Amino acid sequence: MEDLFRVGGREFQSRLLLGTGKFANYAVMKKAIEESGSDIVTVALRRVDPGSQADNILDFIPPQCTLMTNTSGARDADEAIRIARLAKAGGAGNWIKIEVVQDNKYLLPENLETLKAVEVLVKEGFVVLPYMSPDLSMARRMEDAGAAAVMPLGAPIGSNRGIKTRELVEIMVREIKVPVIVDAGIGSPSQACECMEIGCAAVLVNTAVAISENPVQMASAFRDAVMAGRRAYLSGIPEKGGLSGVASSPLTGFLGDEK
Amino acid sequence: MTFYNTLQESEACLRNFDAHEISRGSVIRAVESESCSPERLLTLLSPKASDDLELMARKAHEITLRQFGRVIQLYTPLYLSNFCDNQCSYCGFNARNRVPRKTLTLEEIEREAAYIASTGLKHILILTGGSRPHAPLSYIKSAVRVLKKYFSSISAEIYALSEGEYAELAAEGVDGLTIYQETYHEAVYDRVHKAGPKKDFQFRLEAPERAARGAFRNVNIGALLGLSDWRRESFFLGMHAGYLQDRFPNVEISASVPRIRPHEGDFSGFEQVSDRDLVQMILALRLFLPRLGITLSTRESPRLRENLIPLGVTRMSAGSTTEVGGHTIACHDAEDASQFKIADERNVEEIKAMLVARGYQPVLKDWMRL
Repeated sequence: MEDLFRVGGREFQSRLLLGTGKFANYAVMKKAIEESGSDIVTVALRRVDPGSQADNILDFIPPQCTLMTNTSGARDADEAIRIARLAKAGGAGNWIKIEVVQDNKYLLPENLETLKAVEVLVKEGFVVLPYMSPDLSMARRMEDAGAAAVMPLGAPIGSNRGIKTRELVEIMVREIKVPVIVDAGIGSPSQACECMEIGCAAVLVNTAVAISENPVQMASAFRDAVMAGRRAYLSGIPEKGGLSGVASSPLTGFLGDEK
Repeated sequence: MTFYNTLQESEACLRNFDAHEISRGSVIRAVESESCSPERLLTLLSPKASDDLELMARKAHEITLRQFGRVIQLYTPLYLSNFCDNQCSYCGFNARNRVPRKTLTLEEIEREAAYIASTGLKHILILTGGSRPHAPLSYIKSAVRVLKKYFSSISAEIYALSEGEYAELAAEGVDGLTIYQETYHEAVYDRVHKAGPKKDFQFRLEAPERAARGAFRNVNIGALLGLSDWRRESFFLGMHAGYLQDRFPNVEISASVPRIRPHEGDFSGFEQVSDRDLVQMILALRLFLPRLGITLSTRESPRLRENLIPLGVTRMSAGSTTEVGGHTIACHDAEDASQFKIADERNVEEIKAMLVARGYQPVLKDWMRL
């Protein structure tokens, strides 16, 4: 049975989304995207220079990929909305990753402003994927407002620490109907695999690929890890057995053998 | 409460800190720690830590890669005017120096802008001397209106303004402010700023926080290395940057690490800051404040600049001239009217090629006006 990733009214093969920042050059970035098998890539509008012949990042995004512009640099809902509109007007499509950060020390997202931007942009016809701190009630509000997915962070951007927010993300996976995509903090393929094993619909990775010594090979490692994690999740991962044996005095022994 | 109060508290920390008590173990702990305590910064800047620069460099490189990636943002300065009412002993624009003075007309600004834009740069830093009468705020705002047509981000390095004036400039389309305290040593500050409005230490010191309140997106601070003991200056610079990050989390804070360069006029009596010292300073700042932007100007030689990149630098100037109209108007054979002599004269293409060869992506556009 084909296991397609459905988001924003479309179907994709890959459950690995790739960010395009931090690469040493666009040629390597392009190869890494191709090797990752990603169908959706995110680009910061702040870095797009349409006037540049040689250095326009958009020329290096494989044509089969869906472009998801992100609002990196936005400090409130208003700025995020303006960036989204600029992207659409500039021909970058209507898929938008909302990223509102008021904290330059940790780059943690501002959920309330993010929600405001979701509400406005969904009404304007954007496919909106908000990057957020993993908070169930906020995720519910984003879903109610029409977000196509929710993207909780695993750890701060660029920290490579893995899914430190696992308990909260697992609750979101259980309770939220739109795809839950872990975005930020994933530092190695095994961590991406873990996200998939706990039932996340997809993961978004950037730093770990971009700053690796061999970004192209690392992209393929993430591709395989995401597929492995997904297959394991679909197979049903058995609960881990405890280390202790059977208790010598069973807690329900007093019931006897009567049925 | 302003940074002036924090500066006085930090002075006390400095007095109570005994660098002789620092062991290798405490240096290693300071490298690995994520604490923002003044003692950690002092340890990273201590003479003992200078024995472990390689250890510090490896950690600083790793942090910089994770936080900023393999990219360096490029910009170039555009000098609008060199008239100055101050007498700063380290600067070629010193009011007492007999150098040709000029303020660009709007037409000349447009010519310079068109030339710089043709190199592909989208970020510009406009500078004036410290003379309000010759380069009033209204003039700077007119210049910004011209420059907006050519650049996606405009920063300013000008005489200190009030909060309301900074807000005016931000509303006009300037998104960043660069202002150096020059020295955090109040007595030295008073001595090297012999006369002029810049003599007011506290007004200068509090300018970055006025700018942050005035809605700038980026604030870049700095100390001019060589005016006073570099360890002391680096410590207060780090404390100042940390103070600004804590109070204005939605403003990107960065720091420059300029060493005094030869210039027109008196050039003597300054302290030597070696390459090794400069490296320790950059490393200490990076380890202390992982998200701090670090700007490196063309004051440093090509070779040194290239080697400093992986240690924590996030932004560099390229194709620089420190002369008014230096790109298209000034006659370079004429009398020297530059603010200081630059050491890296490579143009934008050459700097881009160098970055690519070093495995870094030159970023020419990293913002746009909304």
